[in-house]
Amino acid sequence: LNETYGAVPVLVMFQLFLSGIMSVNGKKVLHMDRNSYYGGDSASITPLEDLYKRFKLPGCPPETMGRGRDWNVDLIPKFLMANGQLVKMLLYTEVTRYLDFKVTEGSFVYKGGKIYKVPSTEAEALASSLMGLFEKRRFRKFLVYVANFDENDPRTFEGVDPKKTTMRDVYKKFDLGQDVIDFTGHALALYRTDDYLDQPCQETINRIKLYSESLARYGKSPYLYPLYGLGELPQGFARLSAIYGGTYMLNKPIQEIVIENGKVVGVKSEGEIARCKQLICDPSYVPDRVTKVGLVIRVICILSHPIKNTNDANSCQIIIPQNQVNRKSDIYVCMISSAHNVAAQGKYIAIASTTLETNDPEKEIKPALDLLEPIEQKFVSISELFAPTDMGTESQIFISRTYDATTHFETTCDDIKDIYKRMMGSEFDFEEMKRKKNDIYGEEEQQ
Amino acid sequence: MALRELKVCLLGDTGVGKSSIVWRFVEDSFDPNINPTIGASFMTKTVQYQNELHKFLIWDTAGQERFRALAPMYYRGSAAAIIVYDITKEETFSTLKNWVKELRQHGPPNIVVAIAGNKCDLNDVREVMEKDAKDYADSIHAVFVETSAKNAININELFIEISRRIPSTDTNPPSSSKGFKLRRQPSVTKPRCC
Repeated sequence: LNETYGAVPVLVMFQLFLSGIMSVNGKKVLHMDRNSYYGGDSASITPLEDLYKRFKLPGCPPETMGRGRDWNVDLIPKFLMANGQLVKMLLYTEVTRYLDFKVTEGSFVYKGGKIYKVPSTEAEALASSLMGLFEKRRFRKFLVYVANFDENDPRTFEGVDPKKTTMRDVYKKFDLGQDVIDFTGHALALYRTDDYLDQPCQETINRIKLYSESLARYGKSPYLYPLYGLGELPQGFARLSAIYGGTYMLNKPIQEIVIENGKVVGVKSEGEIARCKQLICDPSYVPDRVTKVGLVIRVICILSHPIKNTNDANSCQIIIPQNQVNRKSDIYVCMISSAHNVAAQGKYIAIASTTLETNDPEKEIKPALDLLEPIEQKFVSISELFAPTDMGTESQIFISRTYDATTHFETTCDDIKDIYKRMMGSEFDFEEMKRKKNDIYGEEEQQ
Repeated sequence: MALRELKVCLLGDTGVGKSSIVWRFVEDSFDPNINPTIGASFMTKTVQYQNELHKFLIWDTAGQERFRALAPMYYRGSAAAIIVYDITKEETFSTLKNWVKELRQHGPPNIVVAIAGNKCDLNDVREVMEKDAKDYADSIHAVFVETSAKNAININELFIEISRRIPSTDTNPPSSSKGFKLRRQPSVTKPRCC
């Protein structure tokens, strides 16, 4: 440890990801993690026994759960948008080499106590009972408008000012009803609340474009999921960083972050100090430099059956828009199964989550759990969400935000880009992430 | 002729010559000053074995063995593992057992294990007896050879022996249960600013 490191990232995928890019860009990176596994909150817990321990459940998993090692259970439910920023980052860094993906089989939306498939083709849209015939026509016109919309070409605006016109007014322009608005804002633009309605429409239109472009990539749904769980992502980035000289230490308790004159100079662990110029970490390592921004409840449910009315999908997302259950924020369900090598044969893992609004979390999440019954085993957690109060300008400590309740990685990627900019003093550039040297030897990869 | 892709992962302490063995096998060269921390991500070589082509996809540790920080991903889907020790350093042989344990814990159940006692060109400073290593390898049903990456001794033989031990029937899962690799989209869409 007697070397000075450019940056010491501690924990979480995102730190791993940043350590990947930093290493590619010639920064000397030391990675320390208090856990015995990579990825912190974005890890997938294996074997199943460890999940029982983590949630302090008495006893061992019953025999019906199969082999403990067949399980890789995510703590944070998320999918990747097929055309989203994380996929782009994986492609540029070629971390894709280490990963295998499957397309999520369907996306569903809750309306009036039932779930409906979010149409993924025009034919499906026409056949869907989600909306009436006239609404379908108006909705189609709206989708065509969004598809043609190009923020750099005012001719595609049709009288809308992307930076001024609110989304509420755009819906009005296309005469869309409340149900269609709910569906569009929450199942396509993936907003968790209705705050976006009174914001300029550009962001919403871009989100709907991202949804439809992602959907166009593989067909069934816009979402991808890696085999063996989300924990594969931080592992892949760790490998990238290691190939570029990053040093990795797991099981490293962090005793102290050493500050001199308001600036970080090192990290103390097991009596030794690793000296560094910059530090990246998650909020749990620096409780005095973050502030609480919310609470999220997550319920991991093990099922022995696919979710009802999903056409036996082996993976899916269900969105319960807030309006439908008299809430301010949506409830999400992400479901994956043995088809993704994350559960024993015939088992399904559904994770229900939402941002808490009352003092009765179990009641808030109930509409989602009702869709999943019978539930074989539940693992309930309530997590505080933190955001940094110290942006690192003086201290050179760069703190990530806690994973939020969204079911994709787009906000996480925004955070990565933001930290990159603050650390490096220049805008994040995908080109910078390309590997700088040939690191494949032997025959050409035939893939 | 059928082509089978076989992932092989390397294990063993830092400095025993893991990368050098693969370097010799893949490029037939030897660099005494090979950079210890910066590894190659993948090294590949195809060899014929009976009426099959075996394409070895060899994963190097990229230095992550130094603090025992190899991720489960590293072992995932491996057909074989080569555990290397240095015949001139007793302690690299004693830690071999830890690597075997690690592999049993994280590796696939039917993985072929090969033990390579490297640097056998340095016989006069030997600390590990060939017989001791051979007995140990036999006790865990592992392939065993003494190698020299420097002098190209037993390197090809090591891989031939691995090929021989790989079950001949393809036990790969049917393609429906496999995932796919992400690829760049053929650029039909015009570039967008983000």
